[in-house]
Amino acid sequence: MTTQALLDIQNLRKEFPGVVALDDVSLQILPGEVHALMGENGAGKSTLIKTLTGVYARDGGAVHLDGTLIHPHSSRDAQDLGISTVYQEVNLLPNLSVAQNIFLGREPRRFGLIDWGAVNRDAEKLLERFDLKLDVTAALETYSVAQQQLVAIARAQAFDAKLLILDEPTASLDSHEVDVLFDVMRELKAQGMGIIFVSHFLDQIYAISDRISVLRNGRYVLSAAVAELPKPALIEAMLGKSMDDSVLTSRHEPQTSQPEPLLQAVDIQVDKKLQRASLAVGKGEVLGLAGLLGSGRSEVCRALFGIDPLAGGSITMAGETLQAKRPADCIEREIALCPEDRKKEGIVGELSLRENIILALQVRRGWWKKLSREEQCRIAEAAVSDLNIVTTGIEKPIGELSGGNQQKAILARWIAVAPRLLILDEPTRGVDVGAHSEILKLIRRLCDEGLALLVTSSELDEIVAFSHRVAIMRDRQLVAELDGEAISSESIMKAIAGAA
Amino acid sequence: MKSTLLKAEYYPLAASALLFVLFFVLGAIQFPGFASLRVVLNLFTDNAFLLICALGMTFVILAGKIDLSVGSMIALTGVVSATLIEKLQWSPLLVFPVILLGALCFGAVMGALVHYYRIQAFIVTLAGMFFARGLATVISEESLAINHEFYSWVNNLGVSLPGRAWLGIVPVLTVVVIIAAVVLAQRSRFGRYVYALGGNEQSADLMGVPVARTTIAIFALSSGMAALAGIVFSFYTSSGYALAAMGAELDAIAAVVIGGTLLTGGRGYVLGTVIGVLLMGLIQTYISFHGGLNSWWTKIVIGVLVLTFIAIQQLVSRQQRGTQ
Repeated sequence: MTTQALLDIQNLRKEFPGVVALDDVSLQILPGEVHALMGENGAGKSTLIKTLTGVYARDGGAVHLDGTLIHPHSSRDAQDLGISTVYQEVNLLPNLSVAQNIFLGREPRRFGLIDWGAVNRDAEKLLERFDLKLDVTAALETYSVAQQQLVAIARAQAFDAKLLILDEPTASLDSHEVDVLFDVMRELKAQGMGIIFVSHFLDQIYAISDRISVLRNGRYVLSAAVAELPKPALIEAMLGKSMDDSVLTSRHEPQTSQPEPLLQAVDIQVDKKLQRASLAVGKGEVLGLAGLLGSGRSEVCRALFGIDPLAGGSITMAGETLQAKRPADCIEREIALCPEDRKKEGIVGELSLRENIILALQVRRGWWKKLSREEQCRIAEAAVSDLNIVTTGIEKPIGELSGGNQQKAILARWIAVAPRLLILDEPTRGVDVGAHSEILKLIRRLCDEGLALLVTSSELDEIVAFSHRVAIMRDRQLVAELDGEAISSESIMKAIAGAA
Repeated sequence: MKSTLLKAEYYPLAASALLFVLFFVLGAIQFPGFASLRVVLNLFTDNAFLLICALGMTFVILAGKIDLSVGSMIALTGVVSATLIEKLQWSPLLVFPVILLGALCFGAVMGALVHYYRIQAFIVTLAGMFFARGLATVISEESLAINHEFYSWVNNLGVSLPGRAWLGIVPVLTVVVIIAAVVLAQRSRFGRYVYALGGNEQSADLMGVPVARTTIAIFALSSGMAALAGIVFSFYTSSGYALAAMGAELDAIAAVVIGGTLLTGGRGYVLGTVIGVLLMGLIQTYISFHGGLNSWWTKIVIGVLVLTFIAIQQLVSRQQRGTQ
């Protein structure tokens, strides 16, 4: 190789009790390249990142940064060495100002005291390079996730990072925000920074990366330049089997042409969040809800599930008016919601898989009619085998499962109560390819069994694959609806863009 | 210069300050002699011990923790001072550093237990509270008078001011401690780390904040400030008593909350605590000037204030989330 590798990982090994998480992984990151790190959940990406950032100590192998052998012992250590990481859930401090976040631990000082004037000036200067004009003295939490992520990258710059690790930075960004992020990445690349980029979005990987490395089951599979690795080859490398393309390419044919109406929402509004939306879902029908982030998709889901009170409009469920004051009212009317933020609103991380699955069913029955242990185990075991949840047992705390398996468990929770309407808010977000296609198949199956589904997604292919009808949100309003043959990625995109 | 702090977060602070002014004006109109330098200086003298330990408590609460041991620490400090000075004839100038050092170690151990053993601060400091109070009682059940000449010398140190006011050493010391605490909170890296811990401990760790060191330092600081408060209290009463400063930890927490610091951590100001303590003191002064009211009314008013302030904080933070 002509250029010396910025980061050289040789035969890296990491074990946890009973599991080898990383086995003989070797790869090189060059200065000034965006290196995509790919793999299914559980492939070892997170473990690899955590050994690089000092969260875990490696059990074998060597890591050289700029030719020097490194042993980071903590995040601080890694930062001081020049390795900075930006995580999917922004790991900054919401209560501190933008500038304080950027310089925390490295504030310029005068006479031993922090010089806030210099802190704020330097922060502004840094952000200007990203074309980002923020009030650096305002609390970080007043800004969007995308802006916070850019602040996190600015922090990496302030720490003179040589290697920047971006762990799923685009998961909650809309397409414009992704463009801004990519511009920043190109700028950093031009400065000679090496970037490790982890993402589930293949299109983004191909748009920005120079090279791709693939891990599978804790082992290194291959590294290749983007141009030499077409998508099918990449997916094959990740899955070890070629992906079941039929899910994404075939259309989801409706059971009946005239589904029996179930839920009807007319002109619903939520203060400050949702201006106007009218929609209907019938039995055995999937209504896709498309739109950019912040367009009001989640707000529709929340309003239908009684989380946010309606400021106007009406909802009828099976012919009766639904006046939900809280989610419990909706659960009673056999509506279920899988929320977007799995960690915060979906799982109870400390409880076992079994307890998470039976949660909604138990609530429905009332706490005084406790499900017997045998019954609970039966339901959980059935869900595990039915939905292919990968776990060492139903007593494992759900927080320790991968994102895809958590999502399946949440689905199992609601399937257990046999709802009539299932609302899924971004069910495939942060989920690996294998679980992804299983969830899509499950949506189809539930629908064919007569369930009504309302599903939001940022992935157009996915919406096209499972929806019978698609409602499009823009600027907190439902602006269009597409039906049958009219549904395609292009038509949805047009509708979102408002090209009328 | 632009402010590094949020405007909406100033609301509770401003409300406290306003309430202070209101009570002061109310007292001044109703009672002659209320609006005087003497009342103001006494406010500092009488509440010095509470103010000092509440300042330490502010750091603990800013970091999202709690310290229930400070009241007992004040009592233990008094008893140990009295025993060493009166029974063992130590010089006070040797006693104070020894006690402060001991308190720092005591706090550091609590901080280490909180961090390394992942025990809730509530439980660790509850144990610390019983331990310190118990130890103080074991040393002496009786109140011990301190008659050392250093005590009378210090207590007589000061200048007379017009209006029968007396500026002693305690208000001066208190102001110095306040300034030091403000600088520590706002202008030092340690201060930022404290706010960072209160914001999100996990993120703080990932951002390279030395979480272990900071946690230990915070509890050491709180215990150290409590010991300093205990020393000040021993001058105030010229004695050491195992049952002194009962419930002072709760007064301190109330003052911090009234001063606008969020119990969940990460938001608040040291100066707010100063206003919190002074407001509580002023209410007490008002009630004693009034004469017709039982002094326990102070507690009732403080209870109402604490509740009101928590409600205001909730509203403010909800509003901030709403406008996001």
